[in-house]
Amino acid sequence: MPATDTTHHRGVRPGMLKVTGLQKIYNGGPAPVEAVRDLTFELAEGELVCLVGPSGCGKTTLLKCIAGLMAPTSGTVELAGEPVLSPPPGMAVVFQEYGRSLFAWMSVRANVELPLKEKKLPRARREELVAESLEAVGLTAFADAYPWQLSGGMQQRVAIARAIAYEPQVLLMDEPFAAVDAQTRADLEDLVRSIWQRLGVTVLFVTHDIDEAVYLGERVLVLSNSPTVVQDDVTVDLPVERDQLTTRQDERFTRLRAHVYAQIQQAKKGTAPTAA
Amino acid sequence: MNRPTVDRPRAAPAAPTEQEAPVARPPRRPAGAARTARPAGALLRTAHVLLLPAVLVGAYWAFTARPDAGFYTPTPDAIAGAFAELWFSERLFVDVLPSLGRLLTGFALAALVGVGLGVLLGLDARVRAIAEPVLEFLRAIPPPVLVPLMIMLAGIDDGMKVAVIVFGCVWPILLNTVEGVRAVDPVLADTARCYGIGGVTRLRVLVLRSASPQIMAGLRLALALAIILMVISEMFASSSGLGFAIVQFQRTFAIPEMWAGMVLLGIIGFVLSSLFELVEGRVLGWYRGLRSAHRGE
Amino acid sequence: MSTAAVPPAPAPRGARRPGARVRTAPNRPVLGSAGVLALLLLWEAVPRLGAVPERHFPPASEVLATLAERAGTTPFWEAVGHTLFGWALGLAIAFAAAVLLGFALGSAPRVRAFTTSTVDFLRPIPSVALIPLAVLMYGTDIRSTLLLVVYACFWLIYIQVLYGVADVDPVAEQTALSYGLGRLARIRHVVWPTTLPYLMTGLRLAASVGLILSITAQLIIGSPGIGQQITAAQQGGAVALVYAWIVATGVLGVVINLGVRALEHRVLRWHTSVRGESAA
Repeated sequence: MPATDTTHHRGVRPGMLKVTGLQKIYNGGPAPVEAVRDLTFELAEGELVCLVGPSGCGKTTLLKCIAGLMAPTSGTVELAGEPVLSPPPGMAVVFQEYGRSLFAWMSVRANVELPLKEKKLPRARREELVAESLEAVGLTAFADAYPWQLSGGMQQRVAIARAIAYEPQVLLMDEPFAAVDAQTRADLEDLVRSIWQRLGVTVLFVTHDIDEAVYLGERVLVLSNSPTVVQDDVTVDLPVERDQLTTRQDERFTRLRAHVYAQIQQAKKGTAPTAA
Repeated sequence: MNRPTVDRPRAAPAAPTEQEAPVARPPRRPAGAARTARPAGALLRTAHVLLLPAVLVGAYWAFTARPDAGFYTPTPDAIAGAFAELWFSERLFVDVLPSLGRLLTGFALAALVGVGLGVLLGLDARVRAIAEPVLEFLRAIPPPVLVPLMIMLAGIDDGMKVAVIVFGCVWPILLNTVEGVRAVDPVLADTARCYGIGGVTRLRVLVLRSASPQIMAGLRLALALAIILMVISEMFASSSGLGFAIVQFQRTFAIPEMWAGMVLLGIIGFVLSSLFELVEGRVLGWYRGLRSAHRGE
Repeated sequence: MSTAAVPPAPAPRGARRPGARVRTAPNRPVLGSAGVLALLLLWEAVPRLGAVPERHFPPASEVLATLAERAGTTPFWEAVGHTLFGWALGLAIAFAAAVLLGFALGSAPRVRAFTTSTVDFLRPIPSVALIPLAVLMYGTDIRSTLLLVVYACFWLIYIQVLYGVADVDPVAEQTALSYGLGRLARIRHVVWPTTLPYLMTGLRLAASVGLILSITAQLIIGSPGIGQQITAAQQGGAVALVYAWIVATGVLGVVINLGVRALEHRVLRWHTSVRGESAA
């Protein structure tokens, strides 16, 4: 579908997700630890942005603050103009630990439906959403299975189905494919792209994998080492239609990848960020 | 064990690999049910179940049928005769059913209190820290020592017996519930928060369900204790009930009747435990499946 | 504070994130002491204020004074000694029998299949059902106590051993086989370490149940020991003494629990670290 290459999501409304001056200091241990120093960035409506950084750079902390699971020490998070103080109804999260974020005592269908019940959606609408989202991730046949009867990649699909059935404005994904094998990962990456294109949802995708970040994102935010700041904001000028084979061979892809890689290396060394 | 893994299901590779097509595990089947499903034949399976009991009963019978077998070990047919005569009569309603009623009442109350308090303590670290040493002490008291006390306080009525059962059974349930509630997976708890699952739903869908393996383990221990406490509260000082009846038979040297009482107790223990297993199988089917999935079976 | 009879929990996929549980921990020793103090105050105040008759519910100070006074006498320690002796001997017999049988049958699944129905029937039989038989055969002799304790403890440990032997990782077993480890060596290096945590769980459960039955035997049958002392105090109407004995059994129970847990910790220290690693 080359016709869809015209940017149909981007920039409709700026500031769908707005993070301003976010700082997080942990006071639990013997000495306070500053995990995140000063983070400011913005996601426009319908954007797919990847957040990449060296391991241990506070990605998870950041994500928990954005999701409203953890209060930042200072700074604000806004979703569609509303400050996030607790998990907002317009946000869905897909965690890395798929095995632990699914209810093992519920069928796949019940897992997807539960949040919708809590939203007090009428039964017919719930069934419709469950069917659609399971269809979207290709798990219609497994609606009555338990999550632990499925392979890891399929479990993560269930988590994704649950997230999109929730009809969020913003979808947060916390290294969702870090624990699945390489082939599954490629499939799931394409799944995320296709869901994003179809639903027009705003996606913030956290990863430590540079290739994944460049392949998936319309923009890549490179984080520095802890205490974390945004080291670089890279616009990915790849076509909307991407393909595991051709995109990864694209000269632009390799150039972007090298650029992000260099930034991360620098971040690891802790040298002062240089403007790209 | 020459070929030790022969009887086991195939050990699958632990790393979950993705296939688009259905995965080898068929949905909707608790994986724990995969026992010795080999074509061993109905005959072998019958032998598995019946051979040893038949041998044991036969040996006992042969032993007791000898003239010098002694007065305290009546033959199985004598026990069976006494059993039929005793328990298929009004004694069933006078002695057995009230005992069972107290047992179940006490157990149910203990379950209610234990799970309720356990959830409260499990969810609140501060309250737990305050209560922990006290609970450690209270649960370490062997419950039978309360029988004499309860008799002094409450006499020998039903209330005393139920109170003893409740006090004895509540601790394993309470402490296991606390453990289970504390062990709720933080990722799952975060997930629930993200999707707006709170309040009663959170309790019902997240907390109680994920604590259910521990809660069931506590209930199982408590059930065994409840039977013990039912019997000794009746044996110690009582005028009715199964425990009382058995002690009466023993004191009057009504040996076959005493054995019939012991057998009935055994049957009660067995039936209650089987019923419990049935319930547990329903409640924890998912847990067994999860465990065997983790083990890579 | 765990009574869990659940076998060691399945290792969660992926290790727990470090720091995921480090909420600000309350000061447990202080809060715990406060809890104990509050209980004692309540216990003192309720009878003193006349909420319940002192005749039935003497205040804490009176009970503790009675206990302290008794604890200075020989009969007190004799009774404790009797109870502990019955407990320890019964537990030891049950442990030895359960471990031997458990390993033998657990590693011979074909033989074990013939015993399952019998075990499933005998195991839930409450050991107190044996009381009348024990009285007839042994009277107030210690063998009565032993019969009850051994019967109750045996099944608890035996079942755990079976669980443990069944939990042996087939890969580990096959690795051992492929390196030519003999049967005894496999039991020593593969089966035994896997079974150990289960065995300790069984021992922990059996230790507290054994104490219950040791005291029960003395209460009902009248063998010498704490149970018999309590019966005597109750029949003599010495209310404070009954309470004092109950407190004493509670302390005894706590000591036993702590002891078994310390043992478990010691035995499994090496083991849990290995398990934790392999689970990651």
